[in-house]
Amino acid sequence: MAEPRRVLEVEGLAKRFGETDAVAGVGFHVDRGEIVGLLGPNGAGKTTTIDMVLGVLEPTAGSVRVDGLDLRTHRGPALARTGFAAVYAQLPGNLTVRQNLAIFALLYGVPDALPRIDEVLRQFDLTRFEHAKCGVLSSGEQARVALAKALLHRPRLLLLDEPTASLDPAVARDIRSWIRDYVAGTQAGVLWTSHNMREVEEVCSRVLFLSRGRILLEGDPRALPAIHGKRTLEELFIAVAREPLTLEAT
Amino acid sequence: MSSGAARRVGAVVLRHAYLMRGSPARIVPLFAWVAVDIVLWGFLTRYLNGLSAARFDFVPVFLGAVLLWDFFGRVMHGVAMAFFEDVWSRNFLNLFASPLSVPEYVMGLVASSVATSLVGLAGMLVLATAAFGLDFLAYGVALVPFLLVLFAFGIALGIVSVALVLRLGPAAEWLIWPVPALLAPFAGVFYPLATLPEWMRAVSWALPPSYVFEGMRSVVAGQGVPVGDLATALGLCGVYLVLAAWFFVGTFRHARREGLIARYSAETAG
Repeated sequence: MAEPRRVLEVEGLAKRFGETDAVAGVGFHVDRGEIVGLLGPNGAGKTTTIDMVLGVLEPTAGSVRVDGLDLRTHRGPALARTGFAAVYAQLPGNLTVRQNLAIFALLYGVPDALPRIDEVLRQFDLTRFEHAKCGVLSSGEQARVALAKALLHRPRLLLLDEPTASLDPAVARDIRSWIRDYVAGTQAGVLWTSHNMREVEEVCSRVLFLSRGRILLEGDPRALPAIHGKRTLEELFIAVAREPLTLEAT
Repeated sequence: MSSGAARRVGAVVLRHAYLMRGSPARIVPLFAWVAVDIVLWGFLTRYLNGLSAARFDFVPVFLGAVLLWDFFGRVMHGVAMAFFEDVWSRNFLNLFASPLSVPEYVMGLVASSVATSLVGLAGMLVLATAAFGLDFLAYGVALVPFLLVLFAFGIALGIVSVALVLRLGPAAEWLIWPVPALLAPFAGVFYPLATLPEWMRAVSWALPPSYVFEGMRSVVAGQGVPVGDLATALGLCGVYLVLAAWFFVGTFRHARREGLIARYSAETAG
C-alpha cells in the first residue's frame, strides 16, 4: 500500500480557554519532504496548535491525522511517528545525555537502540558529552540533545517549536542543516515555528501566518511579501502582528 | 499488557533507576529514617520487655508494627516521589508527547515505588532481626496478605496524592507527606482499635491497615489469622484502587483540557 502523501492533516482545530479562542478552527497540512513554517506573533496560537498536534492539549473541536492515523483514536502509533523538540522542553537535567536517549529509545520503541543512540550522538557531535548530565550543558548543546531525542526514532513528522531560539548563529546554522539533511534523506515532513524570518526564508518551502488563532496567510515565504505589498518577510510578519485586519482584506 | 506497553513502563522505571543509581541523596533516605525508627522502637520494646511481669514480648507487636507501617508509608511516598521527579525536571511535555499512555505512566510510578519499597523493607528486616531479634516469620502465612493490603492501600493513596498535586499544583505537596502520620492514630498501629472512641473506630474500619494491625496482634496473641477481616481489607483496597484510578484519570483529563500537561511546573500550575 502506498504511504500517505500527507504526514500531517489538521482540520477545524480549535481551542477555547473560557471566553478566549486561542485557536479558532485552523486547517492545514504538511506533505512528505516538506518544511512548513508556522509563523505569527506571540499569543497567535502556534504553541497551542503544536500542543494539540502532540496530543498534550485536548482540542475543543477538530481533528489531527499523523501519517493517516487519527490522533484521537490512534494516539500511540501516531505519536510513535512524531518527533518533537522545543527550546522550552529540555530533557531532565539530572540524567546524562546517554541515559535520556536510552529512556526515550524505550518510549518510542527504537529497534537496535544502542547503535542508533551511538549514531545520533555522533551525528549531533555529542559523543564527548554522552556521560555528562544534561543540566550542565550549554543551551546550544542542550538544543542538540533535544534534537537527537526528536530524531532518535526516525519520525515521519517533526514538530519544532523555535528550535534555534537563543542559540548562537553557528549552532543555529548547524541545526538548520541537520534538519534539511534529515528531510532530504527520509522525506519526513516538518512543522517549524520561528521568529527568525531569515531562517524561515532559508528553510521553509511554505509558511502559514497565524493571527489571533486563525490562519491569515499561506504561501511561499519568498513570494508572500510582494503579494501583500511588503519588501521582506519580516515586514510582512510585523504587519500581521500589528494590522491583521488590513492584511485579511488584501 | 502488550510488549510495547511493558517497554514503556520499563522506560519510566529505568528513569527512576538511573536517578537512584547516580544519587546518594536519594538512596540514603531509603534506609536512614527507618533505621532511626527501628533503633528507637527497638530499645523501647527492649525496655518494655524488661518491665513486663508477664514476660509479654513487645518486639513483634511494636517493632513489627513500625516496620509494617513504614512499609506502607514508603509505598505511598514512593509513588509520589517518582511523580515529583518529573515535576521538578519539567519532563511532562517530553513524556506525554511520546507514545506513553497515562496507565503506563502510573504503572511505571507504581513499579518504581515497589522496587524502592522492597529494598527498604529488606534493609529494615535485616536491621530489626540482627539488632533486636524480630522474627518476621512469626506472623506466618498471614504476612503475605498483611503486606499485600498495606502495599495496595499505599498505592491507592499514592495515586490520589499524585492526582491532588496534578490538580492543585506542586505547592500542594505539603498535603501529601503527613498523610501516613494523620492515618496512624485511626489505623491502630500500636494499640487495639477497642482503645479508640466509637467515632474514631468508625473511621478505622474504613481503613484497610486497621485490619492488618488488628490481625497482627491476633496472630501474636496466638488467636490465629482473622481470614474474614483480611478478606474485607483486601476488598476495601480493591475499592480504593478503583476510586484512585478514577480520580487520577479525571484529573489528568482536566489537566489535558486546561493545557497543564504541556506547561506543568511549579511556576504554572495551581
